[in-house]
Amino acid sequence: MAERYELRFSGAGGQGLITAGIILAEAASIIEGKHAVQSQSYGPEARGGASKSEVIISDAPIDYPKATIVDACLAMTQEAADKYANGIKKGGLLLIDSDFVQNAPEGDFIVHRVPIMRMAKEDIGREIVANVVALGAVIGLTGVVARETGEEAVLRKVPAAFKDLNKKAYSMGYEKGKELAE
Amino acid sequence: MAKKVALLQGNEACAQGALYAGCTFFGGYPITPSTEVAEVLSVELPKIGGKFIQMEDEIAAMASVIGASLTGAKAITATSGPGVSLKQELIGYACIAEVPCVIINVMRGGPSTGMPTGPGQSDVMQAMWGTHGDHAAIALVPDSCQEIFSETVRAFNLAEKYRMPVQVLYDEIVGHMRERIEFPEPGELEVFDREAPGVGPEDYKPYDSTKGQVPPLAAFGSEYKYHVTGLNKADDGFPTTKASLVDAEERRQIDKVLDNIADIESYEEYLTEDADVVIWAYGSTSRSARYAVNELRKEGIKAGLFRPITLWPFPEKRTAELAKQAKAIVVAEMNLGQMVLEVERVAKGNCVVVHEGRVDGDPLNPGQIMTKVKEVL
Repeated sequence: MAERYELRFSGAGGQGLITAGIILAEAASIIEGKHAVQSQSYGPEARGGASKSEVIISDAPIDYPKATIVDACLAMTQEAADKYANGIKKGGLLLIDSDFVQNAPEGDFIVHRVPIMRMAKEDIGREIVANVVALGAVIGLTGVVARETGEEAVLRKVPAAFKDLNKKAYSMGYEKGKELAE
Repeated sequence: MAKKVALLQGNEACAQGALYAGCTFFGGYPITPSTEVAEVLSVELPKIGGKFIQMEDEIAAMASVIGASLTGAKAITATSGPGVSLKQELIGYACIAEVPCVIINVMRGGPSTGMPTGPGQSDVMQAMWGTHGDHAAIALVPDSCQEIFSETVRAFNLAEKYRMPVQVLYDEIVGHMRERIEFPEPGELEVFDREAPGVGPEDYKPYDSTKGQVPPLAAFGSEYKYHVTGLNKADDGFPTTKASLVDAEERRQIDKVLDNIADIESYEEYLTEDADVVIWAYGSTSRSARYAVNELRKEGIKAGLFRPITLWPFPEKRTAELAKQAKAIVVAEMNLGQMVLEVERVAKGNCVVVHEGRVDGDPLNPGQIMTKVKEVL
């Protein structure tokens, strides 16, 4: 991966998408030793509003820290999809939460639909881990870092009491992403 | 042993750099997008016996930093444009009273409250001319998390060495983004400590120019007693209106910087050797520019990058040389035309100088710079 690989995580403020970006950057740069830059953009609200986090991963040092042509994009809400699911490269990937994004943006990219929030709520039992389900799905779908690396980065970030919960969320997301990739 | 690494935000790297430099005092007032500098130091300073104080406002915060520094502490504050505006009176006070201190300005949009969560580079002239009166200024403009760490260390060194306020300016993009940092080992980066008075308390004069361009500063509140004022003063620190003394002091305080440009100046160049167009950019914008240079080179356009790391004093000599070599200089900055005025001044018409700016809260992207370069060629 000498070239830049650009990912964008978008959703509502408070959904943990900036955290998901940080975890991915940590997996790529600290654990796998690649170059990674994580950046974000958000409004003045602490909750709500559309927020995005971008992660650039490369084998070479990264100059421009923001996305130019997005390889893979995640949109958790309709507002985020409308606002941030753009600039996706031809043949790139868009992963949407199928329950919350009714009108998927159209373009020369592949749209994957996963009920991310529902999986977190019903299969794991906690909506709060939706960002980790999403992260797992993105990693499964793109292979941008190894499965184990992603998991290790998730576990580094969460308190001991929540490790099992997050491990389960990550695995479920990863499996789903992997399945879609095949 | 492998170095300690971590994924750090620019602001966190700044706080870590301050600790590396031996900072023991933070006085501030929280403001986006600089707050994480305060957050980290509020946790870390008490652990090493340092002090963290959240003051009642920005002005008091600056006053606390000056007071702490006079007692011998390495002191820092972190703020954004609106805070720097409020601090100006006391920044001038630190200039004339010659009190070392470090001011971090994480730049957002402006003027006034502007756009708190959006990036800007519109405080760069303020860093030089924000406070009134003739004075020297040192301002550093890092462009990565690693460099924020090392330039914060250098800011302390320069502040202590030249006995003056030093500003570190970086935009919200670099302040909030995260990159891998390698923590330097102790001793790996230079850490400059303030010179001791060299004479006993009874013979000490805080502005004794016979001791050199930068007279040593004794710890206020120790056995060394002296007077500190914002008025023009004689070598003992007491006010004077004697023309020859006022003139000599004013000039010394500016010359201590201008005579040491070689020590203070820092810049980086990328593919400028044969460049027809030099992109002159700093902070996050220089990263857009580097991307643009690589893309333009692929298209056969000889572009290069000049990136000041020390923004003030202005890198006159090298900018003037580049103006003689290149056909054009494109100054890219997230404002509507500030450093371009300095570039024009020193280019003296030897090449075309144009500006590419942006103030809508979005980053100044590589495509924008590339378009400008093609326009000018």
